[in-house]
Parts: sequence; structure tokens; C-alpha cells
Amino acid sequence: MKEDRRQFLKNAGKLLVLAGSAAVAWPYIREERAQDAPGYQTDAHWWGMVIDVDKCIGCGTCVRGCKAENDVLLTPQTSRTWVERYVVDPDDMDHPRVDSPNAAYDGFPDPGPQEKPLKTFYVPKLCNHCEHSPCVQVCPVGATFESPDGVVLVDKSYCLGCRYCIQACPYGCRYIDPRTETVDKCTLCYHRITKGLTTACCEVCPTGARALGDLKNPKDPIHKFLLENKVLVLKPQMATGSKTWYKGLDGAVR
Amino acid sequence: MKYRFGDYQHVLRMAGIFALGTTAFFVFRAVMVPKDFGVYGHYRAGALKDNADRQIQYAGHAACVDCHSEIQQMRSGGKHAGIGCESCHGPLARHAAGQMSGAPEKPNNRDTCLRCHTARPSKPAGFPQIIPADHAREGACTACHPAHNPKV
Repeated sequence: MKEDRRQFLKNAGKLLVLAGSAAVAWPYIREERAQDAPGYQTDAHWWGMVIDVDKCIGCGTCVRGCKAENDVLLTPQTSRTWVERYVVDPDDMDHPRVDSPNAAYDGFPDPGPQEKPLKTFYVPKLCNHCEHSPCVQVCPVGATFESPDGVVLVDKSYCLGCRYCIQACPYGCRYIDPRTETVDKCTLCYHRITKGLTTACCEVCPTGARALGDLKNPKDPIHKFLLENKVLVLKPQMATGSKTWYKGLDGAVR
Repeated sequence: MKYRFGDYQHVLRMAGIFALGTTAFFVFRAVMVPKDFGVYGHYRAGALKDNADRQIQYAGHAACVDCHSEIQQMRSGGKHAGIGCESCHGPLARHAAGQMSGAPEKPNNRDTCLRCHTARPSKPAGFPQIIPADHAREGACTACHPAHNPKV
């Protein structure tokens, strides 16, 4: 009799633990949480980008590619990616001249003759897909978010167009799409990367100045790039957890 | 005026209104908040699918090479070997999917080249650049430099 009771208590305990874990797991199973698109595991990726400043030739092919891929309006204010030309006077490094005519959609015009030698280079810009995005933190309705695979996205059906996030982004990566009056930004070509393709800008960049990387994939060349090069994110003092690393970035770049 | 313990009707009325308001709030909230809000975080989980469901415009290099292997052969080892086909040829996902009738338009063989190869002081020093006015005023670049495997 005594043995039976011990056995009963043991079994009851096991059952309780099993039932408990099943109860915890059930909502996740029901929501199909891990699987959003067939063949794509949302939590098996962690996307970022590396940019080699010394390879950028300012041709603007990335800008044209992005606008064609994502149906972005052709005005300079509405650009998900753009290229900036820096002209730095070595005697006044704190005040670089920066321009980006038409977001570099047509490349860059000839700057004309200079009276003295100036340091000059191109810097491609896009959403940095920060891990701790200031833009996400200020959204009052949960219309923008960091996805489980590390991409900062916008829910256009939820966005009010209040523009808080545009002010919060330290990199100037957001704008209002005048067609919908909702905010728009780089999605890291979410519709492409979830299907095994690279982003449109990386696909068309003729010099390989930018490369998409999956930080959760140990075989991705991004690990080698980050290991072998001295890299920097934009505005590291803002602790945004930016996942866009620049190689060869000059201190004058903001 | 004598205080009477039985005078609590006004409190009940207030409590009733409060209970009704609270119920109305939770009912309204349950109706308005989408079912998938908060599955991953403070946002609608369906927004991931919305973002992933866009139409692709650039087929990607691998899709081009699938059919045009002879061009890939021609390019290999050359200075343009690393460039995606659609960098010059434009977005051709519909062509790759067989939804486009006829051959896609060929890129302009002067403007396309000059977009990258026009000399600018901001370009990296090692990049091959020309001043069009000095190098060749007009004509197709491809007359001397075959686009898929250019010789300098």
C-alpha cells in the first residue's frame, strides 16, 4: 500500500510537470511562432550590412535599384538609401561639405576645379537596422518594430503618420510617403531576404561596396569581414546598436 | 441632519457606472486590437508577412546565370565578373519568370558605362576613370571595350 502511494505521487508529479510545460508551449504552437513564411525561420537569422567606403564610386546604382525594387517615389526626400559626397578641408575637419544631389539617383556632377587639395569620398547611407532603435522606442502605437530577425520594419496599416520616429532616427533614414501619409523606410528588402535573395542595393552595386550579412549564419562571409577589418558604426555614442558597419569611415562623417 | 448608514445609493450608482465603463473599455479593446498583436512584441505579427509579400523586381544573379551561362563564361576572370547582371541590364524578374514577351532592351552602351567610369575626384584612386571629352567624345564604348569582359 505504501509503495503504491509513492508510485502514485511520482506519476502525479510527472503528469503535473508535463501538463505545465504543455500549457506554456501551447500558445506558441498555436501561433506557429517560429514559422512565418514557408521555408523561412524568422528566429534563425539576424540581418546586418557591411559597407566598404573605399569601394563606393558614387554611381547611384543602389539608389536606382532600391527605388525600382520597392516602388519608392523618385523625389530626393523619399529615398530609402542615398549616397553622400563628403568634401573635407584638412584645415577645418569639423565642417565637411556634404551633398547628395537627388539622393545620388543620377550619380554626382563634376564639382569643378578646387583651389586647394581636399579630401573627398562617397558614403552610402541607409537604415542602420539598429538593435535598440530610437525610432521604435518612440512609436506611440506599435507601428514600427524590430523583427525577430533583426530588421526594423513599419506596419503601414497601423502607422498614424505622426512623424515621431522621423525625428527620433539619428541617421535621417525615415520619411513620409506622400501617397499614403504613412512613414516609409528601408526594409532591408524583407521580401527578398526572406526568399534567399540579397537586397536590391547589394544585388546591383557594381563594386561590391555593400554586402548583406546574416550574423546567425556561421558560414556567412560577414564574420570574416568584421574580423579582418577595422569597422565603425555611425554615431556610436548614441548606443543605437547599429547593425550597419562601415569600413574606412572618416571621422568627418556624421 | 442625521447621518444614516443606509444612505449608500449614490455610491452604488457610481460603482455601477465605473463597472460599466471598465467593461466597455475591455470589450472595445478586445474588438479593436488585432488577434496577432503582441505575439513577438509590441506590434502586429502579420506586419512581418505584409512586408515579406512584396513583388520582387530584381531576379538576382543566380537566376540570370541559370539560362545565360555562356555570358557568365565570357565574364569569368574579367574585370566585370563580380558585377550583377541587373546592375547594367535593369530589373528583370518578370523576364526571368517568363512573364515578359520579347527580349529586354539592351542598356545604352555609352550612358551606362559613363555612370561608373566618368572621372570624379571623390572616386577611389584605383578605380578606372576617364574624362569623356578627352578620351572619346562620342560613340559606343563597346566598340573598343567589350562590356562583358572589358580590355583596357
